[in-house]
Amino acid sequence: MASKELNSTDYIEHHLTNLTYGKCPDGTWSFAEVHGKSQVAGTEASCNISEMGFWAFQVDTLFMSVLLGMGMIFFMRRVAKNASSSKPSRVQNAVEYLVTLVRDQVQDNFTADKNPLMGPLALTIFVWVFLMNLMDLIPIDLVPWIVNGFAAPNAEGGAIHYFKVLPVADINAPMGMALGVLILIHYYSIKNKGLGGFLAELTFQPYGKWMAPINVIFEIPGFYAKQLALGLRLYGNLFAGEMIFILIALFFGGFFSSVTGVLAGVAGLALNFIWAVFHILVVILQAFLFMVLTLVYLQQAHEHH
Amino acid sequence: MNFNATLFGQLLAFVFFVWFTMQYVWPYILEALEEREKEISDGLEAASRGKRELDEAHLKKAEILEAAKKEAADLVNQANARANQLVEDAKSSAHEEAERIKVSAQSDLDQAAKRTKEELRSEVAALAVAGAEKLLGSEIDKDKNSQIIDQIAQEL
Repeated sequence: MASKELNSTDYIEHHLTNLTYGKCPDGTWSFAEVHGKSQVAGTEASCNISEMGFWAFQVDTLFMSVLLGMGMIFFMRRVAKNASSSKPSRVQNAVEYLVTLVRDQVQDNFTADKNPLMGPLALTIFVWVFLMNLMDLIPIDLVPWIVNGFAAPNAEGGAIHYFKVLPVADINAPMGMALGVLILIHYYSIKNKGLGGFLAELTFQPYGKWMAPINVIFEIPGFYAKQLALGLRLYGNLFAGEMIFILIALFFGGFFSSVTGVLAGVAGLALNFIWAVFHILVVILQAFLFMVLTLVYLQQAHEHH
Repeated sequence: MNFNATLFGQLLAFVFFVWFTMQYVWPYILEALEEREKEISDGLEAASRGKRELDEAHLKKAEILEAAKKEAADLVNQANARANQLVEDAKSSAHEEAERIKVSAQSDLDQAAKRTKEELRSEVAALAVAGAEKLLGSEIDKDKNSQIIDQIAQEL
C-alpha cells in the first residue's frame, strides 16, 4: 500500500506527522508546511510544525478523539434514555455489561466514601480510550488515503496530505487526559486532607518531619512520576504498536514490482495479521489500565494517613 | 511528538465527555440495573418463601388428613356403639313387653277360672237345693237353710 515514490524514511516520517493547524511566528494561522508545501492542498503555509511552538492544534487528533467521543456519548445517551429494568434490549445488555464491569472496578479500587464522579469518570475513560485505541487496528494507510481524495499521500491531486487516525499515538491526547486526572488528584487531595495535610504527606514521609528535605526528594518525584506515567504508558504502548504497523506496512512497498516484492507482501500480511491479533489485547488492556490506575490514584487522594 | 495546545483541547473534550456521562448516561443505566437487581433478588426471595410455605402446607395437609381419618374412625365407632345400644334396648323392651303381656294373660286366665269356679259352685248349690227339694217334697225355706246351702257350696 505504500506508495512507490516514497522511500522508507519518508514513509515513516509521513505517518508520524500530524495534520497541524497553528500560529506561525509571523502571526498568521495556517496549516503546517512539510517538505516545502502545505499539509492541505490549496492553502498557504508559512511555517513548519516546530516553528509554531505551543499555539498549534493537531487537527487529526482532535477530530478523531472528539468524533469518537461524540459517537460514544450519543450511543450511550440513546441506551440510557431507553433503559428499562424489565425489558432490556440487546444493546442495553451490552452497555449494562460494560457499566457493571466499570462499577465493580470502582467498588474494588475506590473504597473511599461514595463519590458520584468516579463511576462516570471510569466509564468515560474506559470506553473513550478503548475507542481511540481501536483506531490502531484500522489499516494505517486507509484513512490517509481516503482524506487525500483516494490518492497516494504525495499525489498532486489530493486534498489533505497528512492525517493520523490514531489519536493516542499523539502525545497530546493521552497527556491531556492524564492532565485531567492530575487536576482531579490535586483537587481531591487538598479537599480531603487540607492543603497542610496534602503537603505534609509529601514532606513528612517516609522518615518523619526532621528529614523533610530528604522526604521531599523521595516523595515529589514519585507523586508526579506516577501521574506522568499514566499518560506516557498509554502513549508509549500505542505509539509503539503504531510504529510496528508502519514498519510492517513497508513490506508491501514493492508488491506490484517484483517477485520478491510479492513474497515480502505476503509475509507482511501474515505479520500484520499476527500483530493485529496481539494488538486487540493491548487495545483493551491499556484502556482498562488507564481506568483502574485513575481510580487507584484518586483513591489515594481520598485516603487519610 | 510535540506538546502544544492540542493538550488542552483534549483536556476540554475529556471534561465535557465525563460531564455528559455523569449527567445523562451513568445514572439512568445504573438505575435500570439496580432496579432489575432488586427485582431479581425480591423474586428469588419470594420464590424461596413460596417454597417454604408450600412445604408447610404439605405438612399441614398431612396433619389435617390424619385428624380427619381419626375423626371418621371415631364416628364409625360411635355409630356402631349406638346401633348396638339400640338393638340392645329394643331387645330388652320387647322382653319386658312380652313379660307384661304374659302376666296380664295369666291374670285374665286366673280370673276366668275363678269366675267359672264361682258359677259352677252356685249352680251346684242350686242343683243341690233343687235335688233336696225333690227329695223332701217340700220347699226348703231358702232363708232358713241358706246357711246350710252356703256351707255345702263352700265345701264343693
